[in-house]
Amino acid sequence: MTALLEVSGLTKRFGGLVAVREAAFSVNRGEIMGLLGPNGSGKTTTMNLISGNLKPDTGAVKLEGRDIAGHRPHTIARGGIARTFQLVRVIGDMSARENVVAGFAFRQNPLWGFAAKAEAESLLARVGLGGRGGVLAAELTYVDQKRLELARALALSPRLLLLDEWLAGLNASELEGGIELVRSLADDGVTILMVEHVMAAVRRLCGRCVVMNAGAVIAAGETAAVMADPAVISAYLGDDDD
Amino acid sequence: MSGRPVLAIGLGTLVFAALALVPFMVDGYGMSLAIAIANYTILATAWALFSGPTRYISLATVAFFGVGAYTVAVLGEVLPWSAVMLVAALNGCALALLVGLSTLRLAGVYFVIFTFGLTELIRQLVTWYEVKVTSTIGRYVFLDIDQRAIYWQLLGLAALLFLSGYLIGRSRLGFALRVIGGDETVARHVGIDTTRAKLLLFVLSALFMTLTGAIMAPRWTYIDPAIAFNPQVSFQTVIMALLGGVQRLWGPLLGVIPLTLLFDWLNARFPNHYLLILGIVFMLIVYLLPQGVAGALTRLRGLRGKKEQPAPVSMNEARQ
Repeated sequence: MTALLEVSGLTKRFGGLVAVREAAFSVNRGEIMGLLGPNGSGKTTTMNLISGNLKPDTGAVKLEGRDIAGHRPHTIARGGIARTFQLVRVIGDMSARENVVAGFAFRQNPLWGFAAKAEAESLLARVGLGGRGGVLAAELTYVDQKRLELARALALSPRLLLLDEWLAGLNASELEGGIELVRSLADDGVTILMVEHVMAAVRRLCGRCVVMNAGAVIAAGETAAVMADPAVISAYLGDDDD
Repeated sequence: MSGRPVLAIGLGTLVFAALALVPFMVDGYGMSLAIAIANYTILATAWALFSGPTRYISLATVAFFGVGAYTVAVLGEVLPWSAVMLVAALNGCALALLVGLSTLRLAGVYFVIFTFGLTELIRQLVTWYEVKVTSTIGRYVFLDIDQRAIYWQLLGLAALLFLSGYLIGRSRLGFALRVIGGDETVARHVGIDTTRAKLLLFVLSALFMTLTGAIMAPRWTYIDPAIAFNPQVSFQTVIMALLGGVQRLWGPLLGVIPLTLLFDWLNARFPNHYLLILGIVFMLIVYLLPQGVAGALTRLRGLRGKKEQPAPVSMNEARQ
């Protein structure tokens, strides 16, 4: 397998705080990779550095060998990286359909007009919002807004999809559907990097994981092996002699 | 934004054709009212073209208006009228580019205050230049352009503005602006070059304001910086647009007509208390009709059918 995304030496400081320190990992084409770590370990900052929402102080983010570190988010989005947000972001005063059209209209090969609307409906159906294109996004439930956000990200037809705790806050049956949905995306050839705290989902979806703690990558590899790593266990649970 | 384009444009053409006949039906006072309404229709609609979707409240309207007026004052007797208009357009665009590039990264109240400060800065600069370099404070505009010609020019400009606004509203650019107004972070992450989109609309909006100032200049015969860059014009534009509603292209018009009539009456009846009353009117509008008349109409309709509520845009909205 070849690497789609290669992150190396990635560092971001906020004043005196080093949020991400020399992070390095790679995501292979077609895989679902987990990005784990306790709260405040720098996962979301890493996502923001990849999507261009933040500029790294140093380091490289290579998508298919091309360094995109520090590029502006709209060029990164057009280059094939789409994302969802930890705190769901939809445009409340637009209909669900328009929210998805936003994903189609400004990508590399834009879709607009009737074509975009029709495609938006089929993406909405795919994420479980079939026939609800006319509903205002603000009137959707939290879970449905998450689905909508995913549909918008998919509209960009990304090569790499960044999911930031997309499964958080779902109940048991919604979680089951969510896991199946994410798996079906990967089956369609979308490479996924997901920040997730729901371990059951991580075990079932992610072949490999990267674990961060205090801004640094402390483990990477096969999910089962990583979860058994003493460094990972102590990062989550604390050391014995604490 | 819905409806058939041919029907909408056809209807618009008819309305403007009918309005072109107004000068044959009214007296001098009616003419001056018609010009005032046309003037503020363009200013408020152009203002809403940018500020409506992005929710950036600009107080720079009169900066562009004044630049247009001054271009005419300086070049009006030197160049043919069409060339004067072209120079005014270029001046307005250049200023808008400069302002846009330096301010569109600001959000909320910072943007409001910057645009206000900018207008004052330009006024002071022009004053300084006139006093120090040309050694006069005012200029005379003696051009053979009568009231009716001014009105027709304004009407033509308004027609162009409504057509542009209509086409933009249906275009990807207009949609991009709505996404930006909804959530700028989302906009960037779906591939919208937000700076470019905002700048484009800001420049376009400023272009119409500048041309309005240029067309209006011959009406005064005498202008000085205090007249051409009167901040009251910026405030009135905002009030009118907000009263009418900025979510729809025709929204500002619903504010312009009643307020132009009201301001005209107030100015005649209470010249000394005019500004005080203006302030009270402003506050009442923001509190009672935060989404403007157009928004209130939409809500009224919503009580009967399925509702669609545009997000409130008001003067006191500060983002980030």
